[in-house]
Amino acid sequence: MTPHSTLFRRELSLAWARGGGPLLTVGFFASVCLMVPLSIGAAPGRLSAVAGGITWVGLALASLLSLDRLFERDFESGALDLVNLGPLPLETICAVKCAAQWLASCAPLALAAPVAAIGLGAKVETAGLIALTAAIGGVAFAFVGGAGAALALVSRRGGVLIALIVLPLLTPPVIFGGAAIANFAAGLPWTTGLILLTAYALAAVALTPFAMAGACRNALS
Amino acid sequence: MIATLANPLKFMAFSRWAAPALGVVAAILIGWGLALGLAAPPDYQQGETVRIMFVHVPAAWVSMLAYACLGAASFVSLVFRHALADAAARAVAPLGAMFTAMALITGSLWGRPMWGAWWVWGDARLVSVLVLFLLFVGYIALRASIEDEVKAARAAEILALIGLINLPVIKFSVNWWNTLHQGESIMRAGGSTLAPVYLLPLLLVGAGYSAAFGALWLARTRGEVWRRRGASLTLQAALS
Repeated sequence: MTPHSTLFRRELSLAWARGGGPLLTVGFFASVCLMVPLSIGAAPGRLSAVAGGITWVGLALASLLSLDRLFERDFESGALDLVNLGPLPLETICAVKCAAQWLASCAPLALAAPVAAIGLGAKVETAGLIALTAAIGGVAFAFVGGAGAALALVSRRGGVLIALIVLPLLTPPVIFGGAAIANFAAGLPWTTGLILLTAYALAAVALTPFAMAGACRNALS
Repeated sequence: MIATLANPLKFMAFSRWAAPALGVVAAILIGWGLALGLAAPPDYQQGETVRIMFVHVPAAWVSMLAYACLGAASFVSLVFRHALADAAARAVAPLGAMFTAMALITGSLWGRPMWGAWWVWGDARLVSVLVLFLLFVGYIALRASIEDEVKAARAAEILALIGLINLPVIKFSVNWWNTLHQGESIMRAGGSTLAPVYLLPLLLVGAGYSAAFGALWLARTRGEVWRRRGASLTLQAALS
């Protein structure tokens, strides 16, 4: 077993168990999607017009939920210091953590997203695209969110602070993903949104580990 | 010049007179520009409300300038570990938030007579300025929530650089989003279509706002240097 896979298994089992794991995230997502029709009214035309968009808002919010424990638990227990002494560079450790976070929280959300969207009145044909964009967008959410979580390590008010610094950075993926779904549903060219979303997610994977590692070093110093 | 000013003593000597001097320049330029702007004839479409442009558009320019300054100061502080750059970054963030808020408020006041609504999502620039405001707020909140000043500085630098890389992407994505959901009315002020009678006051106020920004930034950085000096003196007194 390589150190990477050992670390990944550890992170995944932690993420899966962390505060209820995917059940909590998906439950929160479902609750957000429940609130929307209750607040804007149930007229079928009105809901189906915004179903894809609401789903994306729910995804962005739900993926923030478990971020505050992503680094904090290991930081407090000293595990972050220990793995930092090991063979892997801190950048890799952070990337592996985010990958596990994606698998434990964003991938289940990607499966729940089409169900919620169809429940809100989206066309059934959009289900595949919604799941795909949610899975790709989840990569951006996990990595950019991870950067926010690492930055908030030294502060003493984790959760809200992470949401405040991460959500403005997540406007591009929300726009790209929402646009791809809306255009697909309207029969317009939709691949541009998907391509831009993928580009954003890949750039996040490439760049944020350095920011996360810098933030962790700062917290550990 | 920058290398000289990086020395805190020389910076304090320079900013002692540069900050008030810039302030005077700002007052003259803004006064002159606003006087010209008030004397300009009303626009044939927008009527008298066109004059809001002279206080609104420069605020939006300076808010972008402020984030660029925040990013540059954070970069210098992160790479060269320069204390003065960090003081400058800390000083510029609330200023940037203030100019951004000013752009948002005047934009909203302009929108009411122009579009008949306080806020129009159809204008991409307004939306990206709102995101910029949230970026400033996030930076200030992160800094304020960390007690250890050195750690707060490092974390804030990283966040400022993430924001700097993201800002063009956000701007692009909001513009792109705007072309998809074409709003009812999109105003096209600015560029070559603007008549010289409006362009001159706009540029004057723009230069004046920039000078005011410079003056306030220098003054705030001075205040930050004094605050740190005071904190270290207190510490020394407590130790002895």
